[in-house]
Amino acid sequence: MFGIPSSYLINRLVTLLLTVWIAATLIWIIPRLSPVDPAEVMLGRMAAGGAFVEGSEEILAQLQERFGLNDAWYVQYGKYMWSIITFDFGVSVASFPTPVWTLVAQALPWTLGLMILSLILTFIIGNALGAFMVWERTPKPWKVVIPSLMIFTSIPPILSGLLLMYIFSVKLRWFPLTGSYGLTVTPGWNWDFIASVATHGFLPALSIIVVTFGFWTLGMRGLMISVQGEDYVSLAKAKGLKPRYILYKYMVRNAILPQVTAFALKVGLLVSGQILVERIFSYNGMGKLLYDAILDQDFAVIQGVSFIIILMTALSVFIVDLLYPLIDPRIRHSQEAA
Amino acid sequence: MAEVSAQTQAPEGKSQGRFNRFDNPWLNPKLLWGIGILLGIVLLGVIGRLIWNTELVFTGSTPLRLPPIGFENLRGQPGEGAYPLGTDGAGRDLLALLIIGAPNTLMIGAVASLIGMTTGIVLGFSAGFIGGRTDDVIRITSDVMITIPPLLILVVFQSVYGDVSLLLMAFLIAGFMWQSPTRLIRAQVLSMRESGYVKMAQLSGASTSHIMFREMMPNLIPYLFGSFIANVTTAIVTAVGLEVLGLGPQRIPTLGRVIYDAINSGALIQNLWWWWGLPTALLAIMFIALLLINLGLDEISNPRLRKI
Repeated sequence: MFGIPSSYLINRLVTLLLTVWIAATLIWIIPRLSPVDPAEVMLGRMAAGGAFVEGSEEILAQLQERFGLNDAWYVQYGKYMWSIITFDFGVSVASFPTPVWTLVAQALPWTLGLMILSLILTFIIGNALGAFMVWERTPKPWKVVIPSLMIFTSIPPILSGLLLMYIFSVKLRWFPLTGSYGLTVTPGWNWDFIASVATHGFLPALSIIVVTFGFWTLGMRGLMISVQGEDYVSLAKAKGLKPRYILYKYMVRNAILPQVTAFALKVGLLVSGQILVERIFSYNGMGKLLYDAILDQDFAVIQGVSFIIILMTALSVFIVDLLYPLIDPRIRHSQEAA
Repeated sequence: MAEVSAQTQAPEGKSQGRFNRFDNPWLNPKLLWGIGILLGIVLLGVIGRLIWNTELVFTGSTPLRLPPIGFENLRGQPGEGAYPLGTDGAGRDLLALLIIGAPNTLMIGAVASLIGMTTGIVLGFSAGFIGGRTDDVIRITSDVMITIPPLLILVVFQSVYGDVSLLLMAFLIAGFMWQSPTRLIRAQVLSMRESGYVKMAQLSGASTSHIMFREMMPNLIPYLFGSFIANVTTAIVTAVGLEVLGLGPQRIPTLGRVIYDAINSGALIQNLWWWWGLPTALLAIMFIALLLINLGLDEISNPRLRKI
């Protein structure tokens, strides 16, 4: 399919399905390992919190079915798997009776938008800086500046988020403090709304970018150093090709391939980081939904959000894996030759 | 006399090459700085407990919202010498919170990473050596588990169980810390198994344990350290993430917990910068130290990086 070897495709597909299955099973098993009955605990908490819980009978029945107090374990497991496949995560307790899926569907576009934007930007910035760190024609000042930027690499985005929020929203008041768009604008394709979304999204995106690009820079630096020593680079120099041409066509093109696979190892951490950034900025994404659900002890929502984020992570790894043979012709050719 | 001996020894020292003590790759400045900073944080915890009153971590033991010395808060109160780093909105001393919280946070990271590392060594060696079905199972499981973000599974776990102890938190995080060491060691063992010195050892009748621990292990040490430090960072990030979401240990001070309380009480808008800023800064310093150690280890295991 599209020049992708079918054995490779099947391999990746099996990994994807296994990941989703293991994650779903873990989410199913965990509440059952608990010595106490989660449904009762939750209703107890609800009763302790507010005097009267509307529709508590219904909720109890729903929870009992969800946590499987009536069936044998394999029946419960089968039912659960079926509901996961159909994206039916039950009904939110905190905003009863809204289905969890409705809440998730509202939050998902915000999270995806922020994630895709910051991922593409960090990938480009990070790899460019990494390449310039090694290239011998990079101006001297840059060679000092880039490594010192690396100091941010280690910091998780939640810390940079707090700092940027304090400087730009509290002190300078350049950007709004929280939320993903202003209260006065109406959502839709109008200029006010888009401008509002952009100003609200700027700081969350920036706080992710400043701390994550360094991962790509460091990886790229290592790869560029090994590419630099290759014979074909020396040959290109001896042929008298333009230095810029050598940098892009000979060095970066070859060094960037393993960086794409490094994505699979990093994406989980990136997604978790973003969830926390959304929580501190009260950005209308999955992070805020998850945090609100934790506060409300809304277990159905916690379960649904966690599963969807894990699914999202696994899918993005799968997509990158599919793109890889298209970027690296060697995989296609080695298969055709065999 | 001393000059003469120095002169006669000079060529000898040169011929010894890297045995010169100043050329020891382990005396890498980045590595030493990183270790120094981390030791400083540990010392802050150890010495702090001895000389500072740690009872001040309890709610209501100090006046509310006092700034650090030399600053004024919004009500115009100056910082007091009794609470040099200020106090939070629930009447706790920030210095005491840092003294108790920072080692707790580091401990979670170190314990989780150590367990993950040990598991990784066992699984990686078994996958690389035994091969076959064992290898398939270990390889596929670690490939699959590496894409699952630990934070989300742990959120599900802790929201059901409520309060957890520091050690349980470390154990839970350790469940997601074995994948990358396993993959790394497996790959290294597979490539080393074909190398000349391992073949040589096999032909001379060395036992499997001798080959594993005397021939292969020494070559793996920089990688193992690197992977260990990277995992400490990941474990601390995960722990802080859980704490900022309001999960994790509820009654024991950790740096993430202090930040959680600060955000929830609106410390950012009320300009109580020391409340969220000091734990954030200490965490940042901790992460920078871990990064320095990792960069140093990278340079030790990959000499080509040392030039730049």
